Amino acid sequence: MKLLVAISQTPETTARIAFKDGGTAFDPTGVNFIMNPYDEWYALVRALELKEEKGGSVTVIHCGPLANEVTIRKALAIGSDDAIRIDMEPDSAYNVAQQIAAHAATAGYDIIFTGKETIDYNGALVAGMVAGLLNLPFISHASKMVFNGDKAIVTRDIEGGTEEIEVAVPFVVSASKGMAEQRIPNMRGIMSAKTKPLQVVAPVAAESLAKHIEFRVPPAKTAVKMVDPANMDELVRLLHEEAKVI
Amino acid sequence: MILVYAETQDGKIKRSALESVYYGSRLAATQGTTCVALVLGQVADGGKLGSYGAKEVWQVNDAKLASFDSQTYAEVISKVAADKQANVIILPDSSNGKSLSGLVAVKLKAGVLSGVNKLPEWKEGKLYVERALFSGKAFASCRIDSTNAVLSIASNTLKPVAEGSEVPVTSLMVDVPEARTKVLSVNRSVGIVPLPEAEMVVSAGRGMKDPSNWGIVEDLAAVLGATTACSRPVADSGWRPHHEHVGQTGIAIRPNLYIAIGISGAIQHLAGVNSSKVIVVINKDPEAPFYKAADYGVVGDLFEVVPRLTEAIKKFKSASH
Repeated sequence: MKLLVAISQTPETTARIAFKDGGTAFDPTGVNFIMNPYDEWYALVRALELKEEKGGSVTVIHCGPLANEVTIRKALAIGSDDAIRIDMEPDSAYNVAQQIAAHAATAGYDIIFTGKETIDYNGALVAGMVAGLLNLPFISHASKMVFNGDKAIVTRDIEGGTEEIEVAVPFVVSASKGMAEQRIPNMRGIMSAKTKPLQVVAPVAAESLAKHIEFRVPPAKTAVKMVDPANMDELVRLLHEEAKVI
Repeated sequence: MILVYAETQDGKIKRSALESVYYGSRLAATQGTTCVALVLGQVADGGKLGSYGAKEVWQVNDAKLASFDSQTYAEVISKVAADKQANVIILPDSSNGKSLSGLVAVKLKAGVLSGVNKLPEWKEGKLYVERALFSGKAFASCRIDSTNAVLSIASNTLKPVAEGSEVPVTSLMVDVPEARTKVLSVNRSVGIVPLPEAEMVVSAGRGMKDPSNWGIVEDLAAVLGATTACSRPVADSGWRPHHEHVGQTGIAIRPNLYIAIGISGAIQHLAGVNSSKVIVVINKDPEAPFYKAADYGVVGDLFEVVPRLTEAIKKFKSASH
């Protein structure tokens, strides 16, 4: 199977979130960047498992500047065969989706994977847009994928449960927790990643129809109000009269 | 015109659809335009969307819409939006809504913003709206640069209010494409409000010591009409099912009230719950980091405090009825 995994780079989960330049840009001071966990732990690893089961290849694609190649090398170290970096600073989900679709349009992938969302923008848009641009079936929030002959049986998270969906390749899927288990790259993987092909491609002309203009962090929480554990009537009163939630 | 895709489940309007329609009607009022709701497949109670602000309710009822396929649904929504010249298309930010928003935006060549949590404003003819990012640790003002816009609405953004009266449902004829995916089975717990839609959530962690102790959590949830949840270690050790896990890698929720029992409040847990409007933390450890994110805190033995809180709520409810 010929598999493509779109990977994104995000601040790590415990990073302090702050903005600079009058709230117009993320402040990367002191922040470690990682591969978006949904892309890495679930999408990429499931793609690698499928390759191991069925043969084929796993290509990763990333839209970002040169500095992000460390994230791409990690994807190669975990086991991807080759990588494409679209040399750009992404400014919208639509721009990224157009880059991925432009690459995938003639490449003949069986499955295009992404994580269900990135942990920074929480947009959950790129996978659906790629499916729309390429007119491919799209299944979001996949927590399991097995094959029955040439058909994939995908378990998808829905509110309060799951559903099982049958689909034939080619298709686009976004992965949530459960698709696979995290893999730690070993020394051999890390060494071989240095020599695996990483192709740098100029972006295609693309539009961004929605923009994030200004960022801010929420106002600091007012100090917690402590309630006497012996007096739960007081907590109920506060929830009713002050917080107005019951 | 504002077109709202009103989500249904088992042939009935979902609660999130009332919220989407109410949001759409409020938006339409600010723009001097009308809000129209679109339902797909068989729906028994579409008319009630009128009460929540839909001027009209349109239905495309075709056997090919009996189960959800993202491409098919997106194609029908986009066709109706294009034919009727909708300026703004409103979707829920649910699992299916998230499947649709990117597809619909591409089909209409419209700018899209997901997880929107306020009503938009127009400045110089452009739509500006706010959304949360970094799991609620930040907000952004965003702008749509196309003539029409697709917005998906985070749950509990506006409390839907029935202000109008029911309207008749109008059937639309739309050419529905054949789905390329097939739903084989749906496994959904019945009778409880799913976590992403819940207005109140009672959640418990390792402080519960043993899964057999969960009765006090369930009692508190029952008296509140809340949905139960748990922390990651609890789900990972098999004490509770995975679909109850809220947090960074679990479900992100934004209820009006979140009660955390015996959960220390690791940053990954907070990422999934800090969009809750009011947070109550019950823990025996006064140093638990969760208190920094809480509105109300109780330090004490949860096996005493939780039943006491349940009794206090019972007393409050019987007094107010």
